Amino acid sequence: MRTNTEIGYDSKIEGDVIVTRVDAALNWFRKNSIWPMPMGLACCAIELMAVGASRFDISRFGSEVMRFSPRQADCMIVAGTVTYKMAMCVKRIYDQMPEPRWVIAMGACASTGGMYRSYAVLQGVDNIIPVDVYVSGCPPRPEAVLDALMKLQDKIGQQPVLTELTAVAALKS
Amino acid sequence: MPPLEFAQKLKTKFGPVISEPAEFRGEITLKISDAGHIAEVCEFAKTELGFDYLVDVSSVDNYGEDPRWTVVYHLRSLTHGNELRLKTDVSEEKSELPTVMTVWKTANWHEREIYDMMGIRFSGHPDLRRILMWEGYPYFPLRKDFPLAGKPTDLPGVAFAKPAPLEGGPFVTVAGGKDAIEREPRVRTPEG
Amino acid sequence: MATVHDIEIRDSAARAAQAAEELQDSVGEKMVLNMGPSHPATHGVLRIVLELDGEIITKADPDIGYLHRGDEKIAENMTYTQFIPYTDRLDYLAPLANNVAYALAVEKLLGIDKELPPRCQYIRVMCAELARISAHLLGLGAFAMDMGAVTVFLLSFTEREKIYNLAEAISGARFTTSYTRIGGVMRDLPPTWLGQCQQFCDEFIPALNELETLLTRNRIWMDRVRNLAVISKEDAINYGLSGPNLRGSGVEWDLRKKQPYLCYPDLEFDIPTGSVGDCYDRYLVRMEEMRQSVRILLQCIKKIPGGADNKTKEPVNVPDGKVVLPPKQKVMTKMEELIHQFILVTQGMNCPPGEVYFGHENPKGELGFYINSRGGGTPYRMKIRSPSFVNLSIIPKIFVGGLISDTVAILGSLDFVMGECDR
Repeated sequence: MRTNTEIGYDSKIEGDVIVTRVDAALNWFRKNSIWPMPMGLACCAIELMAVGASRFDISRFGSEVMRFSPRQADCMIVAGTVTYKMAMCVKRIYDQMPEPRWVIAMGACASTGGMYRSYAVLQGVDNIIPVDVYVSGCPPRPEAVLDALMKLQDKIGQQPVLTELTAVAALKS
Repeated sequence: MPPLEFAQKLKTKFGPVISEPAEFRGEITLKISDAGHIAEVCEFAKTELGFDYLVDVSSVDNYGEDPRWTVVYHLRSLTHGNELRLKTDVSEEKSELPTVMTVWKTANWHEREIYDMMGIRFSGHPDLRRILMWEGYPYFPLRKDFPLAGKPTDLPGVAFAKPAPLEGGPFVTVAGGKDAIEREPRVRTPEG
Repeated sequence: MATVHDIEIRDSAARAAQAAEELQDSVGEKMVLNMGPSHPATHGVLRIVLELDGEIITKADPDIGYLHRGDEKIAENMTYTQFIPYTDRLDYLAPLANNVAYALAVEKLLGIDKELPPRCQYIRVMCAELARISAHLLGLGAFAMDMGAVTVFLLSFTEREKIYNLAEAISGARFTTSYTRIGGVMRDLPPTWLGQCQQFCDEFIPALNELETLLTRNRIWMDRVRNLAVISKEDAINYGLSGPNLRGSGVEWDLRKKQPYLCYPDLEFDIPTGSVGDCYDRYLVRMEEMRQSVRILLQCIKKIPGGADNKTKEPVNVPDGKVVLPPKQKVMTKMEELIHQFILVTQGMNCPPGEVYFGHENPKGELGFYINSRGGGTPYRMKIRSPSFVNLSIIPKIFVGGLISDTVAILGSLDFVMGECDR
């Protein structure tokens, strides 16, 4: 389902007040404060650190803090090769994240197993968790990671939040 | 003292167990015919000849030949700067040889890795368990008859493993094939 | 009433003795804490199972293998040139150094390592030293960030971005460069590269001085890091440590001086060695190594044959068509070069049967390749002797007797990389 999130605003007519739909407002809050949980496994973690450093600042997109605790994070960025030994840990950490949560699979290894087609590598993290955005590259340039974040923001902006919440509330009562 | 003299000293001390030193690209290799003597040879090399640093322990799978395993030790001396390579063969039925942990403590993890990857056991090792694959993994991955894509395993609650889809690749060549046609890269199944 | 532990003792041996005597009377009161694979301060996916008595560690058991990708088995299926991208991702903080190490190992097998043209040798030395600076900067940044000094991380990353620019100019990729080839390098330097490198060296020393003022004589830093995890000379040699960890313990062993390769004999540089063997010494060794690397870089910039734009057309590859891809004009027009190109790409270069071991002085320690070849273009067995694998094996010994907060400092000072450890 999609929702319309255009926040129409004309300062001459409306002054200091923005009138919009609840969906649009909630989505705007969510998408501009995505706190990533870096699941930094291998080389892509270094590029993720470079994204967080001062040249390709990720905090200007609202992802100010890299929350290493899954309970406090919105988006898990799987950066690096997921091996079978590590797969269970990734799944467990994903389960610990509270809703709403999203996943960015960064790099070739996280998306499809990359150039490691061997006995120990999980061929894509989407075998165990649902992925929202795939970023290609080995490792992807930091600009590509930021582009992925912007695409994720577009995707979040179109989620019908209020309808989902009211549907859940109706189920419970 | 030139490196060949160290090899000669080992040979005079241990006699027929040690082969003639072979030289390739400036490195001296000695072959030990009986793997049971490896700990004594290494002890002598460390205490008398000054090879106090163990660089690496590796293993080679001579698939199709007997003895199947070759364990390779790289010794180095930080005092006189020379290096020496010791090789010893182990047959597949035995698959066991004494540990050199008593000589150099660094052999601990190297031998655990060899056990994990090849399945060669080290007698006298205090803690021989898997180091790179998870506990309970049923295969030894670096053996030549184990396919690169892996075999499916199932360890409920801990991990699962599906063979990686190769889909017609990688196009593998064969090392040391007898002619260019045999070495030609093409899709190879592990049996062929 | 519970016994009060005296935590002023910083000597880990005395503390270990104290912990050992407590073992007798407090059986069953130990807590097992899992410092899990996903942890902000374990520098990658390392799991350490700690057994604690209060806050003091009585046993530490590292569990590695969470990044084991099967590189050695992959190597048996790839030609020597096809394996170069995998070597980038071993020590992924210094990919240029890994490339140089691997290329030298295969060239030793082929027997052409003494025939490398001098320009190629200088280029490789510069790549290795830039990689050394880059890896030490990140090790330092991560070490300091884990201890709470986040500014150091941001400052070191700014300098690393300059090195990334240099790597991108030379090879096309910021990070995983795959720059060297067997018998030479991928392509010659771009004309402005040496000027950029000179500018980097000039800007780097003041930045490094700024970093030193933040950390080296900082009271908090010294209190946390001095006399921590002392590794004696005998232990360091017995456990097979290498690189700054070995030199921090007082052993003067550097492969660039003791088993020289490339053009290191023509260059002047010093080897910093520690005296105590604690974390502070290892930190100081790394800082000084960065300065020595800049010294090497400045000498190379002056001495490289051909200069910046290679007006004298110095070669950068061994002129052997059976090892190095011939130039494209000849491939398209002459038969012999066409055959060489075809065979090199499909089958790889024909290496003689035999075995070699080559150790290279990587930033983390000694990266060694043991190549067992039975002829042909693929190795029969390639063993990668990784420094981080061996450096980590000393953890069960040096953690015991320390506090939990010391684990972060010790791991940071050991400076390992899991990509290399697990391969």
